Amino acid sequence: MKKGLQEDVDVQLPLEIRPSERPADSRPWPRLGARRGLFPALAAALLGLLALSLGFGSVSIPLDAVVAILWDGTGQKESWTHIVHDIRLPRALTAVLAGAALSAGGLQMQTLFRNPLADPFILGISAGASLGVALVVLGTGVTGGGLLAGLGFLGQAGVVAAAVAGAGLVLGLVLLVGRRLEHAMTLLILGLMFGYLTAALVSVLLYFSIPEQVQTYVLWTFGSFGAVTWGQFAVLAPVVLAGLAIAGLLVKPLNALLLGETYARSMGLEARRARLWIIASAALLAGAVTAYCGPIGFLGVAVPHLCRALFNTSDHRVLLPATLILGAMLALGADLAARLPGSQATLPLNAVTALIGAPVVTWIILRRRTLRQAFAA
Amino acid sequence: MGDAILQTRALGIGYAPRRRPRVEVAADLGVELHAGELVCLLGPNGAGKSTLLRTLAGLQKPLSGEVLLHGRDLHALGEAERARHLGLVLTERVDTGNLSAYALAALGRYPYTGWDGRLSPEDEVVVRWAMEAVGARELAARGVGELSDGERQKVTIARALAQEPAVLLLDEPTAYLDLPRRVEIVQLLRRLAGGGDRAVLLSTHDLDLALRSADRLWLLPPGGPLQTGAPEDLVLSGAFQQTFGDFDPATGSFRLEPEPEGEVGLEGEGLPARWTARALERAGFRVDPGRERPPRVEVLGNGDGPSWRLHTAAGPRLCASLHEVVGHLRDPPAETTR
Repeated sequence: MKKGLQEDVDVQLPLEIRPSERPADSRPWPRLGARRGLFPALAAALLGLLALSLGFGSVSIPLDAVVAILWDGTGQKESWTHIVHDIRLPRALTAVLAGAALSAGGLQMQTLFRNPLADPFILGISAGASLGVALVVLGTGVTGGGLLAGLGFLGQAGVVAAAVAGAGLVLGLVLLVGRRLEHAMTLLILGLMFGYLTAALVSVLLYFSIPEQVQTYVLWTFGSFGAVTWGQFAVLAPVVLAGLAIAGLLVKPLNALLLGETYARSMGLEARRARLWIIASAALLAGAVTAYCGPIGFLGVAVPHLCRALFNTSDHRVLLPATLILGAMLALGADLAARLPGSQATLPLNAVTALIGAPVVTWIILRRRTLRQAFAA
Repeated sequence: MGDAILQTRALGIGYAPRRRPRVEVAADLGVELHAGELVCLLGPNGAGKSTLLRTLAGLQKPLSGEVLLHGRDLHALGEAERARHLGLVLTERVDTGNLSAYALAALGRYPYTGWDGRLSPEDEVVVRWAMEAVGARELAARGVGELSDGERQKVTIARALAQEPAVLLLDEPTAYLDLPRRVEIVQLLRRLAGGGDRAVLLSTHDLDLALRSADRLWLLPPGGPLQTGAPEDLVLSGAFQQTFGDFDPATGSFRLEPEPEGEVGLEGEGLPARWTARALERAGFRVDPGRERPPRVEVLGNGDGPSWRLHTAAGPRLCASLHEVVGHLRDPPAETTR
């Protein structure tokens, strides 16, 4: 099918094309899909970052030792095995999942709302998830190391469910109100207001909480991949993978939605069902990640744009896998930067993502004159 | 003419918002679309052209009556099934982001492809055919964002064609285009209808183009009833004047009512005389070729283009342009003679 496509396939065309007066255009037809050669490079870079993330930190561990620990579970030193296996591996894998999840969520929301600045954080979805988390955690009055540290498996599942429900609720509300608004800016303001509203409710909850809880909650809002234990990872991973699987099944509807809902429907899209599934996917992704890592900004809005620029396409069959890899990479990179290799200090993750993301968002706005056009960026 | 592809029975269109009274835009519409015809839907703003198109496209439920596609109730069909028979093109320009024109047209295969939208070789043949059918072969590799409005509309039509529809519905597809582009698109639509495999229905405000190109017109006056027929039949029956008050059946275009200025004689032949008459009429004069008394305009055809001799009460006067002729006719001679 590389050449001679026309001759090989016998298709009844509905209309005879009259022979054109002009000589036939002999240039080859463009191939759909994008520079797929980039994928192996990105995957290799992701693996490299992963190795870096496992090796660097307050204690540097050589790469071969890391590989040995991962391979057969034994290191040259007991402490190294402990550090890699119990601290850095869950942290790195959480970063990979969270980065992929937030970026895929951002991509879906940018297409659904036809708005270049839509992402779980900006539209208040993370805030909705935070509210769910705050209700459960501050309500049950458990204190401990991390926000979710004192909870058993069922308790964690409850928190994740509350976060997903909170995310889905805000997303549904934004969609319900936002669909009547033509202007891209109004949607963003709407998301901002939902964010304020949920933040207000959270602060009321905080007011009636004990200081230890308040401190834990505030630290949680800074964002971190480091608080996730293997036990928690066992809850986070299946939820995120379910959200990503749904997103994977949505690439075709998302492509149709590039043209707007009317065109998408005229081409056979069941818009209502597609919307529901997109909400479900984005809520699962943003909800689960927010519950465990805190509300993390900028990854969701920046990564899809970087992928569009890198792969020069808006085709979700290319963009979705690309955002997964690049999102994971940026999350790992941000986490590495937050840990300030060689020192004991850990910066708030949200400070680092903002340092990466804010210039990207600025670039998006400056590059195009209007927001609607920037969607094409 | 064969059986109707698309047919409406006692169709009432409009909106039924929740908890508010329904708004009926037009009622009791009974129309048919046949393969091979190009039909233009004309009517003033607010008459319900877009609502009718949306209802015919299955995007909006009728308030009453039904739409039949090949004899089956359109609104009972599944989305994909409907999309294989009806293609839609809208006025608004599509902002698709980083898609090539080819990828945009390929989205038209949506109702035929599997879960991930991958094109089979057969699908690609149809997309290529659609791109060639609209004359957008050379645009294939270009990004949608770099296309002009006219080129973009062609690719959008190719996308609708890739659905292999029996009916192509277009809502003011030429509204934002300049005149040559409009003519090009309408000619393209004529060609697409001409094969006899599909019907093309477009709504438009371009009376002149509709009168010249449509096989039939659907005239939708506000509040209605919808009238159908060949353009010329509708002009002769007075339906046009009824829908568009200022329509002039003598010229086939809108009458711009200038202040009446009186009668002018005209002497001359050929193209210069025709356009002289037009200029005089535009200025509000009634042209009487037989008139001997002044004011009278004489068209002089010498070597380097026309000139005019204007006979007024103040005597003859040579003019180099029609602008000058009209100016002198309007101004009293006393002032021009100083």
